[in-house]
Amino acid sequence: MLLTWMIFIPLIGMVLVLLLPRDQDNAARWLTFAITLLPLLIAVFLFTNYDNSEAGIQHELTIPWIESFGISYHIGLDGLSVTLVLLTALLGPICVGASWKINKGVKAYMALFLLLETGMIGFFCALDLFLFYVFFELTLLPMYFLVGIWGGERREYAAIKFFLYTLFGSVLMLVAMIAVYLKSGEAGARTFDIIELTQLAQTAGHPLADPDFQKIVFLGFFVGFAVKVPIFPFHTWLPDAHVQAPTAISVILAGILLKMGTYGLVRINVTMLPEGMAASAGWLAILAVVNIIYGSLCALFQTDFKKMVAYSSIGHMGFVILGIAALNKPGITGAILQMFNHGVISGMLFLLVGVIYDRAHHRDINGFGGLGAKMPVYTGITTLAFMASLGLPGLSGFVGEALSLLGAFDGAFDNAKFLTILSTIGIVIGAAYFLWTLQRIFLGQLNPKYEEIEEINAREIATLLPLGVLTILLGVWPHFIIDMFDQNVDAIVKAVNASSKAVGILP
Amino acid sequence: MNSIDSLQYFVPELIIIGTALLAIIYDLTPDSKHNNGTAYIALGGIALTLIAIFSAGLPSEFLFDGMIKIDGFSIYFKVIVLVTTAATIIFSMQSDELDPNTKGEYYSILIAVNLGMFLMASSTNLLIAYLALETVSIASYILAGFLTHNRRSSEAAFKYIIYGAVASGTMLFGLSLIFGLTGTASIPEIGTRLAEVIAEPNSRLAVTVATVFVMAGLGYKIASVPFHMWGPDVYEGAPIPVTAFLSVASKAAGFALLIRIFYLGFGQITDLSTTNWTILLAVVSALTMTFGNLAALPQNNVKRLLAYSSIAHGGYLLMGAVLLNDTGIKAILFYLTIYLFMNLGAFFVVILVSNRLGGEMIENYRNLISRAPLLAVSMALFLFSLTGLPPLAGFSGKWLLFTAALEGGLYWLVVVAALNSAVSLYYYIRVVRAMFFEKSDEETPLTFTFGNQLLLLFFAVPTVLLFVFWEPSYQVIETVIKGFTPDPVSKITATISQ
Repeated sequence: MLLTWMIFIPLIGMVLVLLLPRDQDNAARWLTFAITLLPLLIAVFLFTNYDNSEAGIQHELTIPWIESFGISYHIGLDGLSVTLVLLTALLGPICVGASWKINKGVKAYMALFLLLETGMIGFFCALDLFLFYVFFELTLLPMYFLVGIWGGERREYAAIKFFLYTLFGSVLMLVAMIAVYLKSGEAGARTFDIIELTQLAQTAGHPLADPDFQKIVFLGFFVGFAVKVPIFPFHTWLPDAHVQAPTAISVILAGILLKMGTYGLVRINVTMLPEGMAASAGWLAILAVVNIIYGSLCALFQTDFKKMVAYSSIGHMGFVILGIAALNKPGITGAILQMFNHGVISGMLFLLVGVIYDRAHHRDINGFGGLGAKMPVYTGITTLAFMASLGLPGLSGFVGEALSLLGAFDGAFDNAKFLTILSTIGIVIGAAYFLWTLQRIFLGQLNPKYEEIEEINAREIATLLPLGVLTILLGVWPHFIIDMFDQNVDAIVKAVNASSKAVGILP
Repeated sequence: MNSIDSLQYFVPELIIIGTALLAIIYDLTPDSKHNNGTAYIALGGIALTLIAIFSAGLPSEFLFDGMIKIDGFSIYFKVIVLVTTAATIIFSMQSDELDPNTKGEYYSILIAVNLGMFLMASSTNLLIAYLALETVSIASYILAGFLTHNRRSSEAAFKYIIYGAVASGTMLFGLSLIFGLTGTASIPEIGTRLAEVIAEPNSRLAVTVATVFVMAGLGYKIASVPFHMWGPDVYEGAPIPVTAFLSVASKAAGFALLIRIFYLGFGQITDLSTTNWTILLAVVSALTMTFGNLAALPQNNVKRLLAYSSIAHGGYLLMGAVLLNDTGIKAILFYLTIYLFMNLGAFFVVILVSNRLGGEMIENYRNLISRAPLLAVSMALFLFSLTGLPPLAGFSGKWLLFTAALEGGLYWLVVVAALNSAVSLYYYIRVVRAMFFEKSDEETPLTFTFGNQLLLLFFAVPTVLLFVFWEPSYQVIETVIKGFTPDPVSKITATISQ
């Protein structure tokens, strides 16, 4: 029940916020902040009480919903989802804090934000494929309005592009989902239960275990998630949406929505369709390397600070995909860790962009200069975030990427070593664009326009602090997170290897 | 059952006839021009008919010596038609377009159409089917051209008549071929005899031709490609309430007849190597939805946009009929119910906006969110539901239709439909964008009567609830059409999957 509360508290909160009298903007802000604290408390409780010694599902709840089609409200947590639920719940109050300056339609903004949070938490908890899809789609509507109403100059274009891209991917996923459902048994005995489907897909002789079938539906799910991650060539919505969205929404986009794609890949494509995954690892790895190098190169040549961060996301998500494609323990561990880390780090980066934009009202990297003298604290935090993102050992970004690369080097796909070495170029480019940006914004002669620029204020520091602490903590003690899903990764790797041996891909 | 005994099951139709006559008589009284008396008579008649239908339970009988059949299937369609008509009447009372002097006739014709639609939904004989179809068509021509002072409306009626005449003539020819081949006009008997007819290689071509020709008449009624050309012009030219009525009730009745003829008649041909009517329906379905959506993309007139969208929805609905499997028929019934709420709701908003702001163009909807929040939010719900986004009812409906087609292994059709849903978002969202994102110079709030707000909620609430309470509503359909599914259909599905 605790889990259900966590999912639906934001939804109840949405109603409460909407019921507030007109013009009570501050009340709406504080109420939303208080509401988002509740899921965070529950998530921390669930995280600390999670028994990570076994791979099973915890806090499971099944309520039959649409019995005619084997659909139930089935939720639960495993190590992977508890990690991402924590990330989502953590970013909730932080984003409300970062949205304090929103003045237009505060009530509507906060209500939509809470709806979005319900969708995101529900997505990570759902263990029924149908429910999973519903929550997946539920995030689209609030996101569309949040970007479209409160975004930058080209907000309408960005919002529609985001919506259309994601919908195109997800309708194909829907077809794949129904196909899986129809193969799951005879009429009347079919199911949407992810756990059951996963077991059926690993049962030799079951129609779902048929490699050819898995390869086809793999593609359907893949396109749905690939748009979300985003994987090249489905990425073009991202720079628009991330740049046009208001700061807090960029944080959510980069921090959570991208993770929905990779989480889906691990939960459905890897775990439920191991045969399809084993057969697709090769081209998935190639796409991952393209993502890494292409994303990093694009980031290198951006002059817009926010766009630079947005493209760096594409590059960093490439490491997640590379780790997943490796299909071995270090690879998948690295991928999941990188999901969490990227959520934290990119959250920080977008918040930092927001801080400077609020003061300077532009984001042109070349238009600053020497800010380090005027904003030492801001400079310090930015340096921390940059270093974490470029993969400095001792900070969280390093561990995830290193594990992904380690896994990929031994990966089961063709030319694993070559592709892994190629992908390290991305790290070098990453270092280049972050250091170069650091130099252009903070070092050198102070731009006279910014003589009077304000230092980062307490509210902004408060939003950044938890993320900064996590970055350092996970850099020195990654097992804090890794232990949570260690058993799950073992189970996934075992299942995939069992099936890939069967089709003769692995030795 | 003979004609006298049949009458006890024919009460709803008799009430409809009585109401239409009463409305005509009342229209002769001098007061009728100054009040909405005829409308209230019509609404009262509908209420009585609904009571008569519900109190009769779920009989399953052939009436009038096998001319029509009363069963759960026809009852379900009758209720859909009645609810749509009731909504249309209420819309018409609001509408500024209609001339108060002729409203009396208008309501009596609207009620008379119901009789035709009832018979379409329940006919089991080609003769009755054709007569019912014509009753509906002729009354619809009049309704479409009801704005006598408006050139577009007259043009619409004229186009409607010409296309209608061609389509129903073609269909009649198809029906005569079937009669010639099987020697009977009773649809169930045709089903059994066609199997023998098809065994004769020489008559296969004739059966194929007959199938295509019958499809022409039905395709015209549900506005499917290539008989859709009348759709946009009629939908745009006709008064908005009539457009709403045609796009829901007419389509529903068309599907009822299509299912009867194809299910009980052609559906019995299970040897698809001879007459592959499923591929015919599948291709028509794919073309219809693609055409409807592509044509809706550049529309700036919301009424016309909804007209094309309703063509696309006809295409989606056809997916359920392609295999005529159990899920497919339930999917059609379920989708039509949802479609009734979301589509009528959208048209109701168009009427309200057009009354207040004097236009149907997308720019009239600018900034509606701050001027009339309830209207804007409801419209957004209807449009997203029409797109098929969860957690709205349109999604459940589409989900069922997809499942029905996938059960028979028609992957290509479902992929086409899925991509079409994504395309449709683009034009629906243009209206949403105008309502929520675009600024207009007009800021004055628009207020609407309590009754109108209530009616809006009557459409908006089911658009959400039919998703959450999908199971109970689906159970209703399951009960209603229990026993409707004959056996051969599963064989067809098996043949296609191979």
